[in-house]
Amino acid sequence: MRIVLEAAVLGVLTGGVYALMASGLTLIFGVMRIINVGQGALVILGAYLSFALSRSIHLDPFLTLIVTMPVMFLLGIGLQFVFIRPLKTDREALSVLITYAIALGIEGVLGFFFTTNYIELRAWYETASFAIFGFHVTWVYVFGFLLCLAILGALFVLLYRTSFGAALRATMLNRTAAQLVGVDVDRVSALAFGIGVATAAAGGVVFGVTNAFNPGSHYDLISRLLSIIVLGGLGSLRGAIIAALIMLVTTDIAAVVISPVWASFVFFIILVLVLIVRPQGLYGVRVRERI
Amino acid sequence: MHKAALGILAGLSLVLAACGTNNNQAAQSAGPITIGVSLSLSGDFSGDGKALKQGYDLWAQDINAKGGLLGHKVTMKYVDDASSTQQVVTNYQTLINQDHVALVFGPFSSLLTIPASAVTDRYGYAFPEPAGGGPKVFEKGLHSIFFVQPATVEDNLVSYTQWLLALPPGQRPKTAAYATQDDPFTQPQVDKAKGLLEAGGVTTASYKVYPAETPSWDTLALQVVNSKADVVILGTQEPDAVAFVKVFIQQHYNPKSIIETTGPDQGKDYADKVGAANTEGIMVPTGWTSDSTAFGSQQFVREMVAKYGGSAGDISADSAEAYSVGQVVDQAAKKANSIANKDLINALHSGTYQTVQGPISFDSIGRPHGVGVFIEQWQHASAVFVYPSSVAKAKPEYPKPNWS
Repeated sequence: MRIVLEAAVLGVLTGGVYALMASGLTLIFGVMRIINVGQGALVILGAYLSFALSRSIHLDPFLTLIVTMPVMFLLGIGLQFVFIRPLKTDREALSVLITYAIALGIEGVLGFFFTTNYIELRAWYETASFAIFGFHVTWVYVFGFLLCLAILGALFVLLYRTSFGAALRATMLNRTAAQLVGVDVDRVSALAFGIGVATAAAGGVVFGVTNAFNPGSHYDLISRLLSIIVLGGLGSLRGAIIAALIMLVTTDIAAVVISPVWASFVFFIILVLVLIVRPQGLYGVRVRERI
Repeated sequence: MHKAALGILAGLSLVLAACGTNNNQAAQSAGPITIGVSLSLSGDFSGDGKALKQGYDLWAQDINAKGGLLGHKVTMKYVDDASSTQQVVTNYQTLINQDHVALVFGPFSSLLTIPASAVTDRYGYAFPEPAGGGPKVFEKGLHSIFFVQPATVEDNLVSYTQWLLALPPGQRPKTAAYATQDDPFTQPQVDKAKGLLEAGGVTTASYKVYPAETPSWDTLALQVVNSKADVVILGTQEPDAVAFVKVFIQQHYNPKSIIETTGPDQGKDYADKVGAANTEGIMVPTGWTSDSTAFGSQQFVREMVAKYGGSAGDISADSAEAYSVGQVVDQAAKKANSIANKDLINALHSGTYQTVQGPISFDSIGRPHGVGVFIEQWQHASAVFVYPSSVAKAKPEYPKPNWS
């Protein structure tokens, strides 16, 4: 029983990180109706940028976000402008190919500059912990979780308490109607893509201090992130957070109760069952399209 | 009669001289050859793949400096398999059919060697390989594969279990926890060690098998922590080897002994990741260390340091294993007086070959008979042989000191 509780705590803490990484992916889908399969690679790019900064100027990995988030935000806007905006027809299918190409490009560049060896972000508190009822909770997970809460909270404020958020949600609901009421959907799309990529930087730093990674780590990552946003409902930020927690908690508990080999399978059983009952995911919106 | 004998001798010497000239001409006219290798330069095994490449490159440099492989200048051609079992098959097909390489050397891991060996065997290539020694590698009974290490993989932890069971009864561990990747390299070692220790009276406190793509190793490590086992035996690659140790430190779990199948053998890279002070007492099975005095080992160490920098302790055992592949092929080519794959296969099935890992011979399906795999332990920020006593440079630290 004790190990199950410990696994659940760990699942919640790591689930927060995945929620942050998936939030950018679901935001981009919500606004632009494209699946950014490059999000995993952008997370890894964020981790490498933090690694380079923390190594060169001996900055704490979390503090590197002061630099990496704005840089990644601008990179996101640039990527949207150059690769996504020109897509006029068949956006959903073509965007998968283009963002996959972006992912491969990022992997290649990172491999060239950093080699393919596994690395980790180092911090003085990476092995420091405090005890609660005999279970040592690691500070690095707590810091990571708090950072995720802060950024996700900021995202909610942006979405629900600002005029830009209103424009963004309007674009998510109906792009054409938003245009008709004067929303500059191209600008909103570019900024949403930038925000999505900036969250990848934040997710990357937390992923990097808790996991070893190399340029190829994005493959495993994107498959999990896609599963999360499908379970949560494509385009739903709230859904991504809940689904991330479900995924990490169930896999961690299944790993200790059943077997690590079956852990991912248990999550996918939940995913399939949810999709049978709610094809739109936990918080997704059912959309009828006229053919 | 005397004149006739002189005539015969003169004729013979002319023939012999002609033969000698022909041999020299043959050696001089031997064209350059390419040796193809699929390496994991990205993906899960990229650290090991890079270390193998260093060993292969150094061997190619050395053999070319000596005039080539039986007179043939050697060029290495590497193709990245991204640690993928599908890509490694494509790579060897391409190397053989498209690039027409003269020889092929092996990739990293049993996982990749198994599918790769089916391809190379189909085309009749000799397949000397440095890192595929799991039992499944030999299950097909291929005649063309040669695992160039001092023992088969499943025996890697036998020395460790012998050492544990030979401890005085008061010190001998009572419980052991096991966790291993479901990998043909790691799991057979751990399973065999588990069987031997159980037979020796050591109770299994925990046993977990996990897939390499497990999202988080922390939960698995927590199970080991909760088992409170006296000793921990882990079937790891480097990333999970580091992750397990970090969780043990976080949870203030101090078993009397820890051994990991891979990770601690990666020298400075491993020490940097877990912290040099935290390496103290951690063990790893290995057939080679930088202070080995086996055939050519010290020269290999000097050349590695000169070529790649760092210190002797930074050299990965993977590099030594790759270099050994080249040494074995060089000696087999000389023995067969040929670099034809068929001749190399025949030559490698008999005799003993000197390598930086010690003398190695092969049975009919390529399993090695060498000096065995020893136990290395991190002591004072460097890894040293500690068991068996015949090769030990220091006494094993037991119990392992607490985390710093």
